[in-house]
Amino acid sequence: MTKDTSHTNRPEPDEGSGPATSDPASPQAKPRFGKGAIVFAMTLGVLAGVGMFTFGYGKGASYLSNNPQTCVNCHVMQDHMDSWQQSSHHHVAVCNDCHLPHDPIGKWVTKADNGFFHSLAFTLGGYDDPIQIKPRNRRVTQSTCVDCHKNFVHNLLPANTGSDMTNCVHCHGDVGHAGR
Amino acid sequence: MANEMKRGFGWLAMLTLLTAVATVGLVALLVNIFERKQEARAPFTKVVEVTEVSSDPKPWGLNFPQQYEDYLKTVNDPYTDFGGNHALPPSKLKEHPWLKRLFAGYAFSIDYREARGHAHMLSDQEVTKRVTDVQQAGACLHCHASIIPTYRRIGLEEMGEDATPAVLAEDFNIEAVMAGFKAVSQKTYEEVHAEVEKTADGFDVASGDPHMGGAHPVSCVDCHDPDTMEIRVTRPGFILGIDKLAKSDDPVPHLPSIGEWRAAGSKGDYDPNTMATRQEMRSFVCGQCHVEYYCANKMTLTFPWSNGLKMEELEAEWDATVFPDGEDGSEGGEFYDYVHKETGTKVYKAQHPEFELWSQGIHARSGVSCSDCHMPYEKKGATKVSSHWVRSPMMNINKACQTCHNIPEQEIKDRVDLIQDRTRALIDRAAAANVDMFDAIIEVQKAGATEEQLAPIRKLQRKAMWRLDYIASENSKGFHARQEAARILGESADYARQAIAVCYKLDLDAKPEDETVAAAE
Repeated sequence: MTKDTSHTNRPEPDEGSGPATSDPASPQAKPRFGKGAIVFAMTLGVLAGVGMFTFGYGKGASYLSNNPQTCVNCHVMQDHMDSWQQSSHHHVAVCNDCHLPHDPIGKWVTKADNGFFHSLAFTLGGYDDPIQIKPRNRRVTQSTCVDCHKNFVHNLLPANTGSDMTNCVHCHGDVGHAGR
Repeated sequence: MANEMKRGFGWLAMLTLLTAVATVGLVALLVNIFERKQEARAPFTKVVEVTEVSSDPKPWGLNFPQQYEDYLKTVNDPYTDFGGNHALPPSKLKEHPWLKRLFAGYAFSIDYREARGHAHMLSDQEVTKRVTDVQQAGACLHCHASIIPTYRRIGLEEMGEDATPAVLAEDFNIEAVMAGFKAVSQKTYEEVHAEVEKTADGFDVASGDPHMGGAHPVSCVDCHDPDTMEIRVTRPGFILGIDKLAKSDDPVPHLPSIGEWRAAGSKGDYDPNTMATRQEMRSFVCGQCHVEYYCANKMTLTFPWSNGLKMEELEAEWDATVFPDGEDGSEGGEFYDYVHKETGTKVYKAQHPEFELWSQGIHARSGVSCSDCHMPYEKKGATKVSSHWVRSPMMNINKACQTCHNIPEQEIKDRVDLIQDRTRALIDRAAAANVDMFDAIIEVQKAGATEEQLAPIRKLQRKAMWRLDYIASENSKGFHARQEAARILGESADYARQAIAVCYKLDLDAKPEDETVAAAE
């Protein structure tokens, strides 16, 4: 602490409020919070307010939903959306049905992971365009293809779970969306 | 107590600071979200009027800053394995000495360098020794300059009509453009260049003020309608050539509108500007210049497409072509581009037949246009624009290839390298065969072969040279149609070796070696 800040750090009741013991009813007449704490609380409030506004303005709540409209909050996905609407899957699957795992934990972990990295890429720019899928997300789409179609493709599946198999989208590349 | 107070204050100050930092970050995010939302709106403001005479791209750039900025970038196309920008591009003649022998007796044997970006096309043509040291025809400017307003002006003057900048600015007037194109076809390079300099390169509609800014390389007005911005073709050579192609019986499955026009009874002329699909136009604009043509002063600039777009169909047209008789009554004679100096054979020169080779390839057949790879779409904000930085797709693999090819960039590059390296090796092999052929022909001529004996050899020589040049001068090193390129080079080597075989079989008088052998005995 430097000298000149220490003198601003006086005990509260010493400015013309008389001796501290003048009020017998309250032996501790010190207010509960100092000025600093009040200022801090206000800044915290401003932060919370701006945060809430940003969350609302950025349609933050929509990201917890299953609505495909959420994915075109960012214009980078517009082509994917437009071509999905004309695709063979558009009345049976929304974005999340193919791009998130079909188990609750995997689903939310993937949502968080992609949510963070998509936001980062879109905020900072400089991403590939046409965007390229990451190996992890490629594995997710593969698992979801199989999950819905396993009754038809079980004889194509590998003998041991997790071992090598052909990627469905290698041939069926535009069943979800042709636009990239 | 005081100590506690101090510590409490320290904490408060630190927390306040942290809160401030967090707030700054949050507001930055908020503003970023706002900006991204704004991006999704694409306002367009027309600030100046451009007209049919505006060959200067600058005013267009005021209306379309993004496209203009990209267009200017062709000044510094990066160097690829086969082309790009240097202050003085490396000489192909130094790199591949056989080219000097292939073009012996032709201006290309004097100066022939790697290609550079579009922005340099006119200035590079003005300084190449092919133009400064040899008299060239003005027809070359058909593609290297923004020349259409000049054709229109000269055409109108020929027809005895008014050709003020105001009239030139009014409409395209295809009749006048065609008339001007034919009128200058016999003139020299310098004469036509001077004519281009004399044409206004802009016209201010409000004040009626013509702008005289000299000659420009290919610019906006050459591919775009100034009123609607629609892409269009303007080059008379292409308009006549594609009409010839439509009237041929070459099945052109990659150009569906020609098929439709034929199915509808081939009425009148095929007009690409009204009949072609937008996707076809995205290749036609490039096909106005990136083609094989005749471009000298013995006849009007010609695209040899009356039989089709394949290499031998082009060759068949040249074989059947006879030059028009001269004005002095001299006979035109059979068509040729130059006389090969080493052997005295009349041969053809192939000029960068990119449009023709692309037409034989898998990309054309799959409906991929030139622009899809050389001017791929890019997003600026949320607006989708064609990149007007025309350049090699290898400089831009993500946008040029990965829209369709879902494989890593490096793998794409490796595949292209493989194709180009194989083509390069085949070019070298065919070149060696051609050079051997020149030596053999020189040898038999020394030994006294008659013109009658040489006739079949000359035919084979012309075929071999045409095929080698066709792929060597094409700017994709085989990529545009890899199997076709390999086939053509294989034929080149074969014809060259056939010519050598015929040389061996000639029944010539006693060879010098025989005499020396006889003397020794």
